[in-house]
Amino acid sequence: MIEWVHPGMVYIFGALLIPLFKGRRRQGYLLLVTLLALSAVFSLSPGQYTVFSYTGKEIILGQVDKLSILFAWVFSLMGLIGTVYALQVRGAGEHVAAFLYVGSALGVVFAGDFLSLFLFWELMAFASAYLVFAQGGKAALAAGFRYLLVHIAGGLCLLGGIVLHYAAAGSIQFGPLNGGGAAFYLILTGFILNAAVPPLNAWLTDAYPEATVTGAVFMSAFTTKTAVYVLLRGFPGTEVLIWLGAVMAIYGVVYAVLENDARRLLAYHIVSQVGYMVAGVGIGTEMAVNGASAHAFAHILYKGLLFMGAGAVIFVTGRRKLTELGGLYKQMPVTLFLYMIGAFSISAFPFFSGFVSKSMVIAAATGDGRSLIALMLILASSGTFLHTGLKLPYYMFFGKDSGLKAKEPPTNMLIAMTIAASLCLLIGIFPDLLYRLLPYSVDFHPYTGVHITETMGLLLFTGLGFALFLKHLDPERTISLDTDWFYRTGARWLMWFARRPLTRYEEVVSDFSNSLVLKPHTAIAKLGLWFDQHIVDGVVNGVATGLIRCATQLRQLQSGILSQYALGIVAGLVACLLLYGFL
Amino acid sequence: MIAKLVNFFGDPQYRARRRQLFVIILAMTLAADFLVRRDHVEGFWQAIPGWGALYGFIACFLIVFVSKFLGHQGKLMRREDYYD
Repeated sequence: MIEWVHPGMVYIFGALLIPLFKGRRRQGYLLLVTLLALSAVFSLSPGQYTVFSYTGKEIILGQVDKLSILFAWVFSLMGLIGTVYALQVRGAGEHVAAFLYVGSALGVVFAGDFLSLFLFWELMAFASAYLVFAQGGKAALAAGFRYLLVHIAGGLCLLGGIVLHYAAAGSIQFGPLNGGGAAFYLILTGFILNAAVPPLNAWLTDAYPEATVTGAVFMSAFTTKTAVYVLLRGFPGTEVLIWLGAVMAIYGVVYAVLENDARRLLAYHIVSQVGYMVAGVGIGTEMAVNGASAHAFAHILYKGLLFMGAGAVIFVTGRRKLTELGGLYKQMPVTLFLYMIGAFSISAFPFFSGFVSKSMVIAAATGDGRSLIALMLILASSGTFLHTGLKLPYYMFFGKDSGLKAKEPPTNMLIAMTIAASLCLLIGIFPDLLYRLLPYSVDFHPYTGVHITETMGLLLFTGLGFALFLKHLDPERTISLDTDWFYRTGARWLMWFARRPLTRYEEVVSDFSNSLVLKPHTAIAKLGLWFDQHIVDGVVNGVATGLIRCATQLRQLQSGILSQYALGIVAGLVACLLLYGFL
Repeated sequence: MIAKLVNFFGDPQYRARRRQLFVIILAMTLAADFLVRRDHVEGFWQAIPGWGALYGFIACFLIVFVSKFLGHQGKLMRREDYYD
């Protein structure tokens, strides 16, 4: 009997066969694979599976426990939702990339050792980059390359850390890391880069809005949450993460005010929401770990839903800037309705999923005596509702009528959004369904009177602020400088350096070699040529010409007349005798 | 039903009713926060009635104006062709 089926492998091997099917059959096949993966998750039970030795190191592909099962559930649910949303995509490439992406994210979830973790980590980066490239066009290509370069840099950081960790600990088993040192910080950097912790956040807000409509839905779910997962495994209780997380939650909110691109605004809210999870990991208590895990679970579903809603608008109108959108509520009421369920969930309204997960992280912070952190996180909650729940829907669906012709998106997109919206409500209304899956037992009741009135007060008076300050929130036709400025402008400086100082240096060096090396060499060569042509050739030619002349003269003696020969002989004899006589 | 609901929030003819409804809900929320039992609180602020509403409003104000200040005066917002 098979011990277990790796849900990630279902996706990865499933991806390979996608190009063999076309049309309806492909759609059926895609759904079949996602359902198979879900059933594989359903049949998981804790333990270690697929353990083997490779070059003397123990590789564990199946580290199955409550935490990995929780993430496997939400990853495979989101795999299904994203696939339903993307069913109308014709090209096989995007589906293959999306499946490899989901599969490798699940690979990371079940990796019990650093080596397989690293391999799945890198596969995830390359597969997701394809979802950006698939959009086509100059902007997507450039953003895709930047995305890939940043992730390769992060991957190298991680690999460096793993090598150092192996050298020090002698094991590549993946577990809680502690004690500091280069290995600790390199691995942490690799992980928080993928979690988009500022200042390492800009790859996310740079690339996600440039991806395809369906690709961005997948991207919103997997990379950052995989990072949260590995942080939960490797770095619970790391103090620095608490502050990074709290700052991150506000950082995303501040940038969201300035943003005009609908999906970039949502991307900044990924940064903000992941901040809660990172802070939860940093606090590290059972309640905080539960909170971070629960929030990751809820977040994947509502953020996927929000990206699907904004994606649907981009899909039917072809516009992505808030300044170009508006007044779509009449043509797209269902999309708006479903989007708003996501918006209420992320804003943590009672009976929506965010309410039961976000409050857990905040309660963990107050329970740990960290009031300032809790207040920072609550402040960010207000901003979340302000942008995702008010600003974005207002300028996209209400506000000034843009006059754009629009209609509801294809049915499959609406079905995907409905599944996600239902899950958001289900978790919000029956939190125990989620709490039962959490790594530690839960003693937390979100629905207390004071918690409900406090939250409603916070959110509704944020709404009042929105109504009063609406004019100040009007989106502007600008882009915002984030930390990608350093490498985008840095790359320009590098090119300038290559084109100007480096080229000039090259010219100077070649001038120098021209005047000091090349020219004397040419002169010597010319002299050699002249010597060869005039002296050597002259001597050789002169001797040859002389010989020919002599031979011609000599030949004249050979007249063929016997009397002349005889005279010659006589003259010779006379000359000999005379010579003899005189001597 | 969804279309009707959405239309209520979009159609200008319901503007006055929307405003009324919003004010009533705000008042009810605030009143509920004063009436609710506070026998178990986590943060010190939860003992203060009306704190959520106040903090929400102040947070909204700060987020909007501090961000816009950073965007305009802090030069974070640039022309769309900045990188071209």
